[in-house]
Amino acid sequence: MSIAAQFKLDWPGFSLDVDLDLPGRGVTALFGQSGCGKTTLLRCIAGLDRGAGRLAINGETWQDAGVFLPTHRRPLGYVFQDARLFAHLDVGRNLDYARRRAASGNSRGDAAIVELLGLGPLLERLPERLSGGEQQRVAIARALLSAPRLLLLDEPLAALDHARKQEILPYLERLRDELDIPVIYVSHAADEVARLADHLVVMDGGRAVAQGPLAATLARIDLPIRLGEDAGAVFAATVAERDAEWHLARVEFDGGELWVRDSGVAVGRQVRVRILARDVSLANSRHDDVSIMNLLPATVLAHAAEDHPSAILVQLRVGGTKLLARLTRRSAQRLDLAPGREVWVQIKAVALIG
Amino acid sequence: MPSLPNLTADLGAVWLTFRLATVTTVLLLLIGTPIAWWLARTRSWWKGPVGAVVALPIVLPPTVIGFYLLLLMGPDGAVGRFTEWAGIGLLPFTFWGLVVASVFYSMPFVVQPIQNAFEAIGERPLEAAATLRAAPLDAFFSVALPLARPGFLTATILGFAHTVGEFGVVLMIGGNIPDKTRVVSVQIYDHVEALEYAQAHWLAGGMVVFAFLVLLALYTLTGRKAR
Repeated sequence: MSIAAQFKLDWPGFSLDVDLDLPGRGVTALFGQSGCGKTTLLRCIAGLDRGAGRLAINGETWQDAGVFLPTHRRPLGYVFQDARLFAHLDVGRNLDYARRRAASGNSRGDAAIVELLGLGPLLERLPERLSGGEQQRVAIARALLSAPRLLLLDEPLAALDHARKQEILPYLERLRDELDIPVIYVSHAADEVARLADHLVVMDGGRAVAQGPLAATLARIDLPIRLGEDAGAVFAATVAERDAEWHLARVEFDGGELWVRDSGVAVGRQVRVRILARDVSLANSRHDDVSIMNLLPATVLAHAAEDHPSAILVQLRVGGTKLLARLTRRSAQRLDLAPGREVWVQIKAVALIG
Repeated sequence: MPSLPNLTADLGAVWLTFRLATVTTVLLLLIGTPIAWWLARTRSWWKGPVGAVVALPIVLPPTVIGFYLLLLMGPDGAVGRFTEWAGIGLLPFTFWGLVVASVFYSMPFVVQPIQNAFEAIGERPLEAAATLRAAPLDAFFSVALPLARPGFLTATILGFAHTVGEFGVVLMIGGNIPDKTRVVSVQIYDHVEALEYAQAHWLAGGMVVFAFLVLLALYTLTGRKAR
C-alpha cells in the first residue's frame, strides 16, 4: 500500500523534479512556501497538469511511459482552494453530480457523508448563497461522493479567515480519523499541517527537500527551510486527569507529563500536542519559583543556526520525545549547551491540537 | 388602412422575415457554438485569423459581402458548381440563398456573445468536472452550456434581430421576389419608392417597435443576470 510519484516538469522560470514514495493511507502533507511547486505536484497527480514521470496508486498505474489516464478516468477526489462549486446547481445537485458519475458505490453511505460535513440544512441553497466555509464543506463532500481512492486537498483553508478555518478544521479531523483512503494535503500553514498530517513532505524550489513521519520530520533541526515562528515539536499524548478546580488537564507522553488547558477532552483519549520552539526556555537547574508549570529534565542533542544571527535552535530529548527550543546565541553560550548536556526545559505554552 | 393586395404582400413579407430569421438563428447556434468554444479555448496561432474572419461582417458594407457571396454561389463560383453538381441548383434568388447569406452576415452577433460567455467561465469549473469523472463532452453539456446560458440568450436575440434588420445583403443575394426573398426591409423600400408612405409607415413603425422590444428584453434579461 503506497503511492509512488515521480514527476519532472520544466516551465519557463519554474521546474518540478520529485521522486516520492508516500504511505498508502493516512494524511500526507505537502508543505512549503507559495511557489515551491506543491500545488503543481498535486495537479500532476490529478492529471490536470502533465509532467513527465510515473504515478502508481496502491499498485494501480495512472501514469508511466506511454500511459496517461486523463483526469476524468482517475478515481480521485480533488478539493480546490476556491471550492469551484457549479454555480448553476444547488448544493444537493452539486452533490448529485458527483454521485451519478461515481465509478462504484461509497463504502460509507452517501447520507453519512452529508451528515459528516453537516450539510443537511444547506442542500437547497445555491453556491452563491453560501459562506466560504460552507462552500468548502460542500466541495469536500462532493469530492468524497465520487467514491475516490485518493483524496487531494489543495489548501482548502487558505482562502478562509481565522473563524471559518476553525469551523472547518474539526470536519477535516473527523475525515482524517474516519477515511480509509490516502489523503494528500497541500498547505503552507504549519499549524494545519501539525494538526492534520501523519506524514510530511517539505518542498522548496520544485523539489522535495525532506520527508518522513510528521513528528520526526518536524523535530529535525537540519531542515533546508526555516520554519521561523512555526518551528516546534508535535507528538502524541494521552489525557490522564482533568482538574475541575483549575480547569487544567494532565496529559502523559513518552518522556513525562504536561499540564495543559482543559479543552474538554475525555480522560483516556489520545491527543496531539504541539510545543513551539519559541515557547521553550532552558535552565541548568530546576527552578520552582517561576510561573511556568511544565518543567521537564532533558538532554541537549544538537543545535542549528536560525535566520537571524542572534538566534539558535536547540534540539532536545525528553524521554523518547524530541523537543525544539529557540534561544539567543548568547544564552546558549552562557548555559554552555553542548550536545549531551543535561538541562531543564521550561515550557510556557502547550497546545492540544486534535 | 392599406388595400387588400398590399396587406397580403406585407403579411407575406413579415412571415418570410420571421422564417428567415428563425432558420438563420437556429443554424447559427448550431454552427456558432463549436466555433465560439474553439475560439474561447484554443491557444493556436489560428485564433487571431479565424476570429477576424468571423468579425468581418461588423465592419464591411453589406454590399461587399453580398457581392462576393453572389460570385461564390453563382454558376461560375465554387459553391455554385457544387450546389449544381449536388442537384440543389443555384442558391442566389432563393430562400436558402438568403439563409446562407444571413448566416455569414449575422455570424459575429451569435459567436461573440457565446465566446465571451465561454471565456468568462474559464478552465476552473471544467477542471472540477473532470475530477468528478465527467468526460470532456459530458462536462461541456453538463457544466459549460448551462453556465453560458446568458451568453446564449444574448446570442439568440442579437442573431435573430440582426437578421430581421438586414437589407443590403438580402437585396443582392435574394433580389425582390414576393414570398420568396422579399423581406420586410425590402418591402419598406418598395413602398417608399412607390410613394406609398402610409404602408411604409405600418411596416417601418412595426420594425421600430420590434427593435425596441428586443433590446428592452435583452437589457432587462442580461441586466438582471449581472446583479
